[in-house]
Amino acid sequence: MARAPQTLFDKVWQRHLVSPESAATPAVLYIDLHLIHEVTSPQAFTVLRERALRVHSPARTLATMDHSIPTLTAQVFGGAPIAIDSAARQVRELEVNCAEFGVELLGLTHAQRGIVHVIGPELGLTQPGKTIVCGDSHTSTHGALGALAFGIGTTEVGHVLATQCLLQRKPRTLAVNVSGRRRAGVTAKDLILAIIGRLGVSGGTGHVIEYRGEGVRALDMDERMTVCNMSIEAGARAGMIAPDETTYAYLQGRPRAPRGAAWESALSLWRELPTDAGAQFDRELNVDAAGVEPMITYGTNPGMVIPIGGEIPRRPGDAAFAQALAYMGLTPGEAIKDQPVNVVFLGSCTNARLSDLRAAAQLLRGRRIAPGLTMLVVPGSQQVKREAEAEGLDRVFLEAGAEWRESGCSMCLGMNGDVVPRGQYAVSTSNRNFEGRQGAGARTLLASPLTAAASAVRGRVTDPRELM
Amino acid sequence: MEPVVSLASRTVVLPAANIDTDQIIPARFLTTTTRSGLGAQLFADWRYDATGAPRPEFALNLPAAQGCRILVAGHNFGCGSSREHAPWALLDYGFCAVISTQIADIFRNNSLKNGLLPVIVDEATSAWLIAHPGALVSLDVAAGTLRLPTGVTANFPLEAFARHCLLTGVDELGFLLERRAAIEAYERRL
Repeated sequence: MARAPQTLFDKVWQRHLVSPESAATPAVLYIDLHLIHEVTSPQAFTVLRERALRVHSPARTLATMDHSIPTLTAQVFGGAPIAIDSAARQVRELEVNCAEFGVELLGLTHAQRGIVHVIGPELGLTQPGKTIVCGDSHTSTHGALGALAFGIGTTEVGHVLATQCLLQRKPRTLAVNVSGRRRAGVTAKDLILAIIGRLGVSGGTGHVIEYRGEGVRALDMDERMTVCNMSIEAGARAGMIAPDETTYAYLQGRPRAPRGAAWESALSLWRELPTDAGAQFDRELNVDAAGVEPMITYGTNPGMVIPIGGEIPRRPGDAAFAQALAYMGLTPGEAIKDQPVNVVFLGSCTNARLSDLRAAAQLLRGRRIAPGLTMLVVPGSQQVKREAEAEGLDRVFLEAGAEWRESGCSMCLGMNGDVVPRGQYAVSTSNRNFEGRQGAGARTLLASPLTAAASAVRGRVTDPRELM
Repeated sequence: MEPVVSLASRTVVLPAANIDTDQIIPARFLTTTTRSGLGAQLFADWRYDATGAPRPEFALNLPAAQGCRILVAGHNFGCGSSREHAPWALLDYGFCAVISTQIADIFRNNSLKNGLLPVIVDEATSAWLIAHPGALVSLDVAAGTLRLPTGVTANFPLEAFARHCLLTGVDELGFLLERRAAIEAYERRL
């Protein structure tokens, strides 16, 4: 008898079951790749020491530094001490932990260092059909290549270090079917913001999303990563996109992708992964990409999002809504366009890959950022930085008046001192506009690299199509 | 992990929906390398003003809130970042349970692994709790029930294995380590 049609998620899940779930116990799920960083791993290594455990599979573990590290060149390369002592201690502790437990570390000065979710795909470590975890919620990014990838807490980081496995209940599935093609000036960031606007910030809870349809197939890999990255902002554990020729072309020849005969055999396995015709999802959502406008957030979670030409909604009697707008200093019913902007951040695991920097640079070329505005450009990885510099993008940003930094998470979460001053407005290509996310009292407007660049030029929230 | 069997306490209420882990513990406090001491920074930007002085009107700062061990919050508590520092901070402050109509996946997982009880209740129970800050609530882990001072009892879902771990104080790492033979057998098939 033919087996029942399966989704991409079902196939990856099933292939990684050490033991299936039962009423009494969760599944034991094998993890192919464990990425660790300086902020969510120290307490896990402490547990290994306390219990005299070793790292079960160092070859499946890769460490880097991204969250709390500086982005100023002198602090990264040793000309000046790391300004935040506790961050410097985290860096040293990760170095010590990796050396003691035999884990490969792409450390602060390593040429392949970068944001953990940028370097996994860039190195070719992120591959279709893999299970990938990291102590970071944006691990969902890696699903863009057809991996099952999700964020975990530090206790679970310890579980994976010690056993290469996690205890998991099988999540439900949600198909997001994207028809149509985006119009000019509308990016993958706008698409995923529109999807989150539809789902709400808790609409994906308990689910793994598979993004499907013509509007997804048309995305390049960087764009797919932007989409999957923000799955967690709808509450979903993971977002996945079935691998196709775009995926294979991206991976082939990357330093840690399979080569030769191993490439061919991997390819034949990967081609079996896409969801079978007739497979059932627990839920479905249909989105028309052709109807998506450039999007921007106005509130304090990513679901509070409107088209850039729109007005801030009115919700009389909703105290939480009023509180969010009070924090933002914005008024119901007013246009978001032309709101003054103090800071622009081009960076993060959402939008700091080479194509993001190219898009912003294209708009900034021959222009200057508005007087008094601060713009920080932080590449997603050292490789992205080198590639951008080889194309002269750094000159474009510097000549426009922006700052050009070493790679890292930087102002996305402001752990390293790269913060938006209290009360100021930032148009940010990152993923979270929570209160204080970019610094205490900071007011974040999430948008695409194009909208960020256009808003930097005008010093006001600007529809990028007006400058294209 | 200490076993969590039952709990009775007055509640503190934060009615906002979508309270994210950046509010529970702002990122600038994550440069620590230990689990302890984070209670002082719990809800830091809501609890303290820009000068570091407590905001007297914030729910946790009210005299009646002192010593309360159950937090009642709006829908989708704990969304956002995977930082386990969020349940560590809640526990270090003294909370033992969080009650909401929905609790975000990663936060819920992280809470269970540390003995912070995630309690998901229906709209009506939640609405009653939000309207009655300081209510004396009792929670029974074995029965999966929450009891209001009105005498009304509500059930909350708790997966069998999570319940077992809470009641016995067993941690999952021990369970996984006992499966090493099965894990190694799986690896030989790769």
